[in-house]
Amino acid sequence: MALLEVNNLEVSFGLRSGGVKALRDINFKLDRGERIGVVGESGAGKSVLGFSILNLISNPGSITGGEILFEGKNLSKLSASELRSVRGNRISMIFQDPMMTLNPVLTIGEQMVECLLAHRKIRKEDARNIALQKLKQVYIPSPETRLDQYPHELSGGMRQRIVIAIGLLMDPDIIIADEPTTALDVTIQAEIMELMLELCERNNVALILITHDLGVVSQVTQRTIVMYAGRIIEQGPTKEIINDAQHPYTQGLMNALPQMAVPGARLNQIRGAMPALQRIPTGCAFSPRCDYTTETCRHTLPGFTESGNCLVACHMVAEMKREAAQVASLAQEVKG
Amino acid sequence: MIAFLIKRTLQAMVVMFVISLISFSIQDNLGDPLRELVGVSVSEVEREKLRDDLGLNDPFLVQYGRFAANALHGDLGTSYFFKEPALDVILKKLPATLELVFGATLIIVVLSVPLGVYSAIKPGSLLSRLVMGLSIVGISIPVFLTAIGLIYLFSIELGWMPSYGRGETSAMLGWDSGLFTADGLHHLILPSFTLASIMLPLFIRLIRAEMMEVLQSEYVKFAWAKGISPWRIYFVHALKNTMLPVITVGGVQIGTMVAYTILTETVFQWPGMGFLFLEAVNRVDTPLIVAYLIVVGAIFVVTNTLVDLIYGLVNPTVKLAGGK
Amino acid sequence: MSDQTQILETAPAAPGRWHEFKNSHLFHSFTVDRVAQLSFGIFMLYVLLALFAPFLAPFDPYDIAQIDIMNSEIPPSWEEEGEADFWLGTDAQGRDMWSTILYGTRVSLLIGLCAVALQATLGICIGLCAGYFGGRVDSILMRFADVQLSFSTMMVAIVVLAVFQAAFGTELYQQLAMFMLIMVIGIAEWPQYARTIRASVLAEKKKEYIDAARVIGLRSPRIMFRHILPNTLSPILVISTVQVANAIISEASLSFLGLGMPVSEPSLGSLIAGGFEYIFSGSWWITVIPGAVLISLVLVMNLLGDWLRDVLNPKLYKG
Repeated sequence: MALLEVNNLEVSFGLRSGGVKALRDINFKLDRGERIGVVGESGAGKSVLGFSILNLISNPGSITGGEILFEGKNLSKLSASELRSVRGNRISMIFQDPMMTLNPVLTIGEQMVECLLAHRKIRKEDARNIALQKLKQVYIPSPETRLDQYPHELSGGMRQRIVIAIGLLMDPDIIIADEPTTALDVTIQAEIMELMLELCERNNVALILITHDLGVVSQVTQRTIVMYAGRIIEQGPTKEIINDAQHPYTQGLMNALPQMAVPGARLNQIRGAMPALQRIPTGCAFSPRCDYTTETCRHTLPGFTESGNCLVACHMVAEMKREAAQVASLAQEVKG
Repeated sequence: MIAFLIKRTLQAMVVMFVISLISFSIQDNLGDPLRELVGVSVSEVEREKLRDDLGLNDPFLVQYGRFAANALHGDLGTSYFFKEPALDVILKKLPATLELVFGATLIIVVLSVPLGVYSAIKPGSLLSRLVMGLSIVGISIPVFLTAIGLIYLFSIELGWMPSYGRGETSAMLGWDSGLFTADGLHHLILPSFTLASIMLPLFIRLIRAEMMEVLQSEYVKFAWAKGISPWRIYFVHALKNTMLPVITVGGVQIGTMVAYTILTETVFQWPGMGFLFLEAVNRVDTPLIVAYLIVVGAIFVVTNTLVDLIYGLVNPTVKLAGGK
Repeated sequence: MSDQTQILETAPAAPGRWHEFKNSHLFHSFTVDRVAQLSFGIFMLYVLLALFAPFLAPFDPYDIAQIDIMNSEIPPSWEEEGEADFWLGTDAQGRDMWSTILYGTRVSLLIGLCAVALQATLGICIGLCAGYFGGRVDSILMRFADVQLSFSTMMVAIVVLAVFQAAFGTELYQQLAMFMLIMVIGIAEWPQYARTIRASVLAEKKKEYIDAARVIGLRSPRIMFRHILPNTLSPILVISTVQVANAIISEASLSFLGLGMPVSEPSLGSLIAGGFEYIFSGSWWITVIPGAVLISLVLVMNLLGDWLRDVLNPKLYKG
C-alpha cells in the first residue's frame, strides 16, 4: 500500500454563482521516502493541491470529491481533532515565504514548543530540548539564542531553516513543501534545497515538492507531476519527463528553459497564457495554446494514456510518436 | 527602556508647554482679574497702579514666565467662584471622573474582546450578525441620548437605578471613592454604561476587522498546518497580533473618552471634572477653565505615553531601548 | 474646480457616463441590497424635508410672534390631550414640534455637510501635498495630524467653543454659533481625510501613469488634481458618508452641552437639550421625537457608509 494515495480529487471554490473547480481528476501515489515534484505555471493549482492534502483550503474553497488516503485513512473525511493529529505530526508543511510564515509576536522557541506539546505529552523543557536538536539539524548557528529570538531578528534564509526545523519536529512521514525557495535570494535557494534533500534522505521522509523550477525538480525528486489548469496532464519518473516529455505542454516548459535556447536567440516561450479557472475551455484545456490541436482536442477531455512509464493526458501522444518515428527514419534514410 | 522614557518625557514636556501657552493666552484674554479683585468705585489711576503692581502691564512672555513658574509649583490661580486654589478644586473632582472612566473601560475591555473575536471567528452566525447590527445602531446614538434613554428606562420607568449623583463615598487611601460602597457602585452603573456605549461598538468592530485580517494571514495558516489547537490559534496567535492596532486606537480613544465624560457627567449630574468645567465656562471662571485644561492635558500625555509603552511591550518588533 | 472642468469637457459623453454607472458594480450591488436602498431612501427623505422645511412647516419656529406660551407642552395629536393643529405636539415654549424638527433637521444637516466639506477640502489638499511632495513636508504635516488626532475632536471642540463663548458673551456667540460649529468640526477632523488621501497618493504615485504624466511635462498641481485625485474618490466617498454622520453627532452633542445652536434657532441637539428636563414630568415627546429623528438620520448614513465600504473596498487608513 502506498503511503499516500490521492484518487479523483476535486476541489471547488464555491462562490454564490455556482462554483469554480480549482482541481479536477487528481490521481497519484506517494511511497514512503519517495520524493515527488509538482510543477506547472502559477495558477495551475499546485498550491491548492498541497493545501488540500491536509484539508487546509481556506473558506470559499473545499474538497468536493474524491479521496486522500493516508495509510488507508481518508483525510478528507476525518474529524477536526483527528485531522489535527495528522497535521504537523505525520504530515507537515513548509510554506513559500518565510517572512510571512512565522508569527511576528511569538518567539521561535514558543512556535516550536507549541507544536511538540500539541502532539506529545511531554514537559516543556523536554520539548525545548527537541526543538534545539532540530535547529542543530538544520545547521542554525548558536541555536540556544535563536529559541528566545523573534522572527524579525533573523534573515530570510535563517527563517526558512527554522520553518523546516518546525516541519521536522515530529519526524513526519511526509513533508509538503510549497515553493520553499522562491521567496529567497538566489544564493540561498540552492543551500536550502540541498538541506531539504539531505534531511529527507537521512530521515527517509517522503517529499511533495511544489515548484515551478524544473532544475530543482530534476535534482531532488524521483517522480514528477505536471499540472495545467487544475488538472494533472503528465506524471512519471522525473528522468523520463525531463529527457523525453510526452505532453506538448511539458515539452513547451522544457523548451522554455533558458539553457535550451540558442545563445543570443529569444527564449522559446509557450504562446498565450493559461486560462482563468472560470474560463477553462471544453476539451483539452491546453488546446488553444497547442501546436498539435485537432477538433477532438477542442471537444473531448483527454483521458490518461500510458506511454512508457508515464501517464499522459493528451489525444495526440500516439500521433506525435508516429511523427517522431517518421522523422527519425527519414533522417536515417537521408544518412543512408 | 531608559532612552525611551527620556524621549517620551521630552515629548511630554513639549506638549505640556504648548498646552500651558494656550491656557495662559486664554487666561490673558478672558476676563479681567481686576474686575474680580476690586469694585467699580476704584478710580482709573488707582487701577493702572494696581495693574503695574500685579504685573499685568508686563510683556506677554514675562507674564507667561510668571504663570509657568507658578504652575510648576501647583499654583494655577484661585477660582473666582469657589475662592479656593483652582487646582485643588479640580483635583477634588478628579476621583469621580476617573472612576467613571475606569468603569467604562472595564465594560469595554470585558465585552469588546470576546464579542469581537467571536464575530470574527464565526462571521455568519446569528449572534455575530446581531452583534454587528447592534454595534452600528450603537455608533449612531449620541452619548447624551443613550444617557437619557437609560435614565428613562431604568430610573423613571423601572426605578432600579438612581438617575443622578455619585451616591455614598468612602475615604480609601486618601481617595474619596464610590467604588467601595454598594450605593456608590449602584450609582456608577448607568453612567459607566453610557460612557462605554460610544466606544464599545467601535472596539467590537475594530477587533473583528483586525482579527479577520489576521486569520487570513500566512502565519495563522501555518499554525493550522502545525496541528495546534484552535483555542491556541485564536487566542495566542491571532489575538496578540489583533491587539497591536487595537492598542494604538485605544490610546487615541482615551482622549475621546475624557471628552465624553463631560457629556455623561452633565446628564447624570455626576460631580466630576467635566461637570465642573461646564459650570466654570458658564460662570467665566477663567482660573478653573485653565486648571482643567492643564489637568486634562496632563492626563492625555500620561495615557499616550502609557499606551506607547504597552504597545512596545506587546510588539517585539518595537525596541523600546532604541537600538535597532 | 477640477470636477467642473471635467464635466464641461466630457459633457457630450454624459449619456455614456450614465450608462457606465448603470452597469457598474456599485449600482448593481445597490439593486440587490435592501438595507442600502432603504437607508438611501430615508436619507433622501430627510434631505428633502430639510430642503423644503420653510414650505412644509406650518409654523415658523424662529418667529416669536407665532409662538404662544399657552400652547406649551401639548402632547402629539394621537395622545388623549393632543390637538389636531400640532400633530407632533409642542415644546416647552409652545412651538410646534413638527416645524421645529423640520428646521432642526435642516440646521443639523447643513452644519454636518458644511463641516465635512471643510474637512474634505483641508484634508484633501494637505493629504495630496504630503503624499505628492513627500520628504520633510510629508513628515511635518503627518506629525501635525498625529498630534491633532491624539487630542480628540470632541475635546478640542468643547474647549474651543467654551472659550469663545466665554470671550464673546452668550448673545454674540449665539449669533455666530452655526459658523463656529462648522469651523470647529471642520478643522478638527481634517487628519481623517489627509491620512487616507496621503496613503492613496503614495500608492498611486508608484504607478507608471504618473511617471508618464511627469515625463510629458505636466505640472504638479495638474497631476495631483487631474490624475491622482480621481483615483482616490472611493475612499473619499466612504469617509465622507461616515464623517457627515459623525459631524451631526458632534454638533448635537455640542448643542446639548449648550455650546452649539441656541434654543431660538434649534438644531436637533439643542431641541433635545431643551426637552430633557421635561422628560421627568412626563413630556417625553419633546426629547424622544427629535431624538428618534437624529438617531435614524445618523444610522442610515452609517449604514450607507458601511455598504459603500464593503462595495468599494478602498484601502482606508487604520486608526
